Amino acid sequence: MATRDLVRPERFFADRYGLTPSRLDGLLGLAGGRQVDYADVFIEHQVAEELGLEDGVVKKAARTLSQGAGVRAQADVRTGYAYTDDLAVERLELAARQARAIARDGTESGVVPVDGAARGHDLYRLSEPPIEAALARKVELLGRIDALARGIDTRVRQVIASLTSEEQVVLLATSGVGAGGLIGDVRPLTRLNVTVVVEANGKREVGVFGGGGRVGFDFFVESERWAFYTREATRQALVRLDALAAPAGTMTVVLGPGWPGILLHEAVGHGLEGDFNRKGVSAFAGRLGRRVASELVTVVDDGTLANRRGSLNVDDEGTPTGRTVLIEKGILRGYMQDRLNARLLGMPLTGNGRRESFQYPPMPRMTNTFMLAGEDDPEEIVRSVPRGLYAVSFGGGQVDITSGKFVFSASEAYLIEDGRITAPVKGATLIGSGPDVLTRVTRVGHDLRLDEGIGTCGKDGQSVPVGVGLPTIRVDGITVGGTEV
Amino acid sequence: MARPSERPGEMVDRLEELLRRAGRQGAVEADAFLVEEEIQTVQVRLGQVESLKHARETRCSLRIFTPTGSASATSSDLSSEALSRLVEETVALARVTRRDEHSGLPAPEALARELPELDLWDREGHGLPVEAKIEWATRAEAAAMEADPRVQNSEGGEFYDRQSRVAYAATGGFAGAFPVSAFAVSVTPVAVENGSMERDYWYSSARKLSGLESPEAVGREAARRACRRLGARKQVTTEVPVVFDPETAASLLRALAVAASGPSLYRGTSFLVGRLGERLAPASVTIVDDPLIRGGLGSRPFDGEGLPSRRTVLVDRGVLASYLLDTYSARKLGLAATGHAAREGGGGVTVGYTNLYLEPGPHAAEEIVASVARGLYVTELIGFGVNFTTGDYSRGVVGHWIENGQLTYPVEEITIAGNLAGMLRDIEMIGRDLVFRDQTAAPTLKIARMTVAGQ
Repeated sequence: MATRDLVRPERFFADRYGLTPSRLDGLLGLAGGRQVDYADVFIEHQVAEELGLEDGVVKKAARTLSQGAGVRAQADVRTGYAYTDDLAVERLELAARQARAIARDGTESGVVPVDGAARGHDLYRLSEPPIEAALARKVELLGRIDALARGIDTRVRQVIASLTSEEQVVLLATSGVGAGGLIGDVRPLTRLNVTVVVEANGKREVGVFGGGGRVGFDFFVESERWAFYTREATRQALVRLDALAAPAGTMTVVLGPGWPGILLHEAVGHGLEGDFNRKGVSAFAGRLGRRVASELVTVVDDGTLANRRGSLNVDDEGTPTGRTVLIEKGILRGYMQDRLNARLLGMPLTGNGRRESFQYPPMPRMTNTFMLAGEDDPEEIVRSVPRGLYAVSFGGGQVDITSGKFVFSASEAYLIEDGRITAPVKGATLIGSGPDVLTRVTRVGHDLRLDEGIGTCGKDGQSVPVGVGLPTIRVDGITVGGTEV
Repeated sequence: MARPSERPGEMVDRLEELLRRAGRQGAVEADAFLVEEEIQTVQVRLGQVESLKHARETRCSLRIFTPTGSASATSSDLSSEALSRLVEETVALARVTRRDEHSGLPAPEALARELPELDLWDREGHGLPVEAKIEWATRAEAAAMEADPRVQNSEGGEFYDRQSRVAYAATGGFAGAFPVSAFAVSVTPVAVENGSMERDYWYSSARKLSGLESPEAVGREAARRACRRLGARKQVTTEVPVVFDPETAASLLRALAVAASGPSLYRGTSFLVGRLGERLAPASVTIVDDPLIRGGLGSRPFDGEGLPSRRTVLVDRGVLASYLLDTYSARKLGLAATGHAAREGGGGVTVGYTNLYLEPGPHAAEEIVASVARGLYVTELIGFGVNFTTGDYSRGVVGHWIENGQLTYPVEEITIAGNLAGMLRDIEMIGRDLVFRDQTAAPTLKIARMTVAGQ
């Protein structure tokens, strides 16, 4: 089994694969040189383990080892990227030469030094990484989830629980840093997911709840989080059994705290990624300094929160993550950047250059995106609505960054009638326009909450873990895609 | 370097060695697969090369069954030491699991004996030099930019090619390997008019380079799709007939396939539980999954467990005729496997369709639109608002409003909602415009009534 030597990425790759700092510097030399503005080598070793329970037993156990290196060379807007899952030095040299040949195209431009390596954070050092926790303990916990859910209600028919544990070791050499100036990171990640199927009177429904982060296995045991997830999944499934048809049309919507922050991720987050704005294809392009939300709204992207799923000590280009104010009191303040787009836009790096794995070049991506708390009492916000929808749980969302239209799907929602939460309604997609929806925010609660640690964001075929957060907010006018006209 | 398909024997040998090692460590049954891939992607934006990617990947997966448990593992490190570790780790994982009486490999007599030649590999196509790939992407984008003055920006043109060799072996006595190719060209233009900005996308994909449409045809269609969205409005909330274009109609088949897949059924998370043999749709509706289409984008000579590929009629003249089953889910449900096992990244088995399509009907697409006095023509669906357990359906829509049988103005920021069971039942007209552009294909489809939510 792996030892704690893994905590030192430089030694890990040097010992296992002979990829010493001087070798990496040599590779950089092959990728960079004249006519190349920037070059980097990204080496990754990732182990993932998944345990799955259904029918009361752990039937599924899978382990995945993935390793490789990506070499990138950039000249002006051009990026050459080559990767290989073979860490033999000759393969890497070939990749470096390919990347360079790809990026160079006859244009003269010398190497532009990038900012020196600032120190990364230390946001998720763990005494026991989740991948190393004993299998027997994990299996036992999954069994307890099954027993708890089946004990809650006789209508529970099936319990499906999965526990994933990962560790990603990365090592980066960039042309901006001198020889030996390597940046490494060891990133733990775990997630526990509970799905409960209930049945009554021939009707079946399903409830899903989970959580996790860059935390150890004990996170799920502490405060009995596993039991909370199980009760929530069961409760949601049972609530949905009794749900009425959802309303259709534009109405006032109150979003509960936490995961409903997916609204921000879709409505404004993607549209504020540097690449879309550099290309002028985002609905937010050219709007810096302009009003895009009500003055109650301040939205940040913060990759520096300890142990959060979306956090990173350094991004996948070696830039320490930061806290970027995207919208301040309704005014658009900033974009999220990777090196390429920051350089081409003449804007500062924000630590948002991320990639799914060595198989992909980085892009500007979100980390943990949330709205800061306001001053309103959440209960009073609900009381202020004569008729509307109160939505507290969501599935996924999607956005067209050019038209700005976005959707996110409510999985637990209730009618608000005369300021009171009444009947549960079926799931429905909510649709709105990114540059418009936050101007309709009329109340912001004091109850900011971050999600439980379940988000995964997809962009251009790459998936990365992210977080979102929201206080209770009231949005005056968003279209609810139910069936009840 | 060796092209993947030049050493299938070696790949199978490697797998059989892995299976022997697993047997020595206590596996009573095991299967394994090996995938070798080479991928190149060229992206051009506004006439300039923006990115070139070149990649080689190999991964090996092992699944074992011990007397009491089962586990799988995947590694991209194929050194002898790493593979030893793979076996040890899989055996260790299996110790903590419990298998039931349904788990295990297919019966040996069920395995494929002869592998059909499906013409899935294009050796010559992969010889295309990178300069020519750049030209494909450049020409596709240029065609989009030139097609209409309102196309003023672009997210770029792309050319993609991949060649893979997949080898599979199982202790039940099966070994097979086959090469596959994929080529694709696509463009994402951005159209601008009167402060409205819209992007759209068009593509062509094929197993053979010669099967791709011309870059000009792809570019022009992408431009047409982006421009027709300009000036889109919201629509009032109402109930109307809804016409799905072929691309969006195909997404309904994908939703149906999820609900018809074995794991969804035995877990009870499908609205199709217990409905085998029942009428789902009018007799005009026949839905087929056919892995044997020559050169098909979803074709394969055997499934992820070595079962023979064969055509499955999922919905036969309106009646639910078959589910999509791997060996385990079939046994759980007391049915025969249908050869729909697919392998997950981690080496486990899941269910996947191959070439899934809705058989064409008698109507021209224009005729279907003309039949609608007032309704919605859907060209894009966004979001994930499908509840497979209940069939409840609610998704964001981009399209056109139909008045008096004519497409009038573009619409967006609206949703359609209904229930998949009801939508299938209410299929009223089927187009004759079936074209295989992807693994799923459907003609234009009219559903009698759905809720449109807007203003």
